Amino acid sequence: MMRRIVLMGNPNIGKSVVFSRLTGADVIVSNYPGTTVDFTRGRACFGKELVEIIDAPGTYSLEPSNKAEEAAVEVLEWADLIINVVDATNLERNLFLTLELRERQKPMIVALNMWDEAKHFGIEIDVNGLEERLQLPVVPTVAITGEGIKDLVARLDKAHMPVEVKTTSEEERWMEIGRITRDIQKVTHRHPTAWNRLSQATIKPVTGIPIALCVVLASFWLVRLVGEGLIAYMFQPLFELYRPLAMSLSDRLGSGLLHQVLIGRLIDGEIDYIQSMGVLTTGIYVPLGMVLPYIVGFYLMLALLEDSGYLPRLATLSDNLFHRLGMHGHAVVPLFLGLGCNVPGALSTRTLETRKQRFISATLLGLAVPCTAKSAMIFGVLGPYSLSYVALVFLTLTAVYVAVGLILNRIVKGVSPEIFLEIPPYRRPSPSMVLKKTWMRVRWFLSEAIPFLFLGVLLVNLLYALGVIERLGNIFAPFMEGWLGLPKEAVAVLLVGFLRKDLAVGMLLPLGLEPRQLVIATTVLSLYFPCVATFAVLVKELGMRDTFKATAIMVAVALLVGGAMRLLLIGW
Amino acid sequence: MENPLTSIKEGLEATVISLAGGSPFQRRLRTMGIREGKILKVVAIHPFAGPVVVEVEGREVTLGRGIAQRIMVQVK
Repeated sequence: MMRRIVLMGNPNIGKSVVFSRLTGADVIVSNYPGTTVDFTRGRACFGKELVEIIDAPGTYSLEPSNKAEEAAVEVLEWADLIINVVDATNLERNLFLTLELRERQKPMIVALNMWDEAKHFGIEIDVNGLEERLQLPVVPTVAITGEGIKDLVARLDKAHMPVEVKTTSEEERWMEIGRITRDIQKVTHRHPTAWNRLSQATIKPVTGIPIALCVVLASFWLVRLVGEGLIAYMFQPLFELYRPLAMSLSDRLGSGLLHQVLIGRLIDGEIDYIQSMGVLTTGIYVPLGMVLPYIVGFYLMLALLEDSGYLPRLATLSDNLFHRLGMHGHAVVPLFLGLGCNVPGALSTRTLETRKQRFISATLLGLAVPCTAKSAMIFGVLGPYSLSYVALVFLTLTAVYVAVGLILNRIVKGVSPEIFLEIPPYRRPSPSMVLKKTWMRVRWFLSEAIPFLFLGVLLVNLLYALGVIERLGNIFAPFMEGWLGLPKEAVAVLLVGFLRKDLAVGMLLPLGLEPRQLVIATTVLSLYFPCVATFAVLVKELGMRDTFKATAIMVAVALLVGGAMRLLLIGW
Repeated sequence: MENPLTSIKEGLEATVISLAGGSPFQRRLRTMGIREGKILKVVAIHPFAGPVVVEVEGREVTLGRGIAQRIMVQVK
């Protein structure tokens, strides 16, 4: 049996950084509590011994208050050895978990992390004194630079069973903590820094809300700048270089089924990257030429927001709104992650405390939060007509998010606890960490999205060839034409939307729709059902029953909103 | 004189006297540094019954209004 080493500690103190230092594995780390919502396993070789290392989500105590913390307590049961990661800048409150862990009677070692920041803050900790008081080895570390990690590994063997401590009451633990910190910690008062003033300005409503609006606008601007830049200077030229290659392949393939699948339809004798619908044309152009550039832009922006520590401030400022929708400010995290891809967004709903909050957050996510792939395609399809059409789609989605949230808050049973959130200090994002994290997420997009896109393109070809689309079109014609004001062929788009929404949006182009019809189609396509990858995560997170309810809500809202838009935009 | 934290004006400091509520609630507050005897500085009070932001030991914590109401304090 391989020994299992579990990393335990309060939220947002760098457990995941220690984990990636120990295992060499890449994991997402950020500067806000609740980045890690599930445990991550990795392996490391210490001397000759191969060990398993588990990174647990952060928790303030062993009595969990949300699903992520529950996972941490569960993982603890498997531990042969505990590395308790402690925030040196916040020793006192971190020691509560340390004392709780010590009572579990497992071999344990303490990593006193953010040692550099503590010194910077004027906090002096007598490490030997702390070792003596805890009767456990204590190693100062700066995980982000790797300082102290070697010592930590070297002293793992010294990790030993804590001295027999009888289970104490909470009050006794706090008294013990008071005595320990009084004896071994010296805090020199320091004057507020520019970072402190920035922190206050961004969290007070009067200054914070205008700043938040600027940050959100600047974020959009950054995503577009990066996305459009990459398209203009990199992907467009690359695809023009590729065009003769694809054309010569098209000539060689002739006009059989293989041509249909690989190249697709030629439009005026030319390949049309969006409309041709071949695996080697549309199948690679949509993910690489249209979506990927904005994915890079979005994740770059997200990494900056995450690593600077701005998100918890935004959560505080937006708490009022989210509270009315049955959640609280921390729901801004699933929302932001969901704007990249709904899958990590749905996973991060775990940091919300109750079923009611998780249900509302996940339902609204699947309903009205378009992922970057879908947004990029909506821009791509509607942008050439007028940006006001694009705005109309996004304003409708925003209105749906708020309206459905208000209603769900009334009708979903259960409680919505209030926000209770630790605000981390601002930190300067490290360029290498930001780039690494962006790359990890882009890589994930490529490995997840491209297979589904190929599958989608194949499916489209197959269904058309077999005449399924035509038959389905005829069945749904009264609904598509009568209710939504769209041609019956658009049913194929809704079908492909289950697999990949970005491809489905692209499929609207050959239908020759009016811009207003495109607005209706893209909005309905966003609302009616999550993509299959998100659906699978919803089943896992909410269970079958609640996923069914959430889906019923999405279908109903899509029908209502689609009909209403048709009435307003086209008339009956 | 004991008052709820919500009665303290922005920018002022107060000492925590007691916490009202069940033990899981009290534990959560204490593990975030809000304990009897600690000094809280009210950083921001958000309008429309929004959250209260306090600073405790140099770290900011956002608390819903209902949570803040259950923290009894005394002005320094």
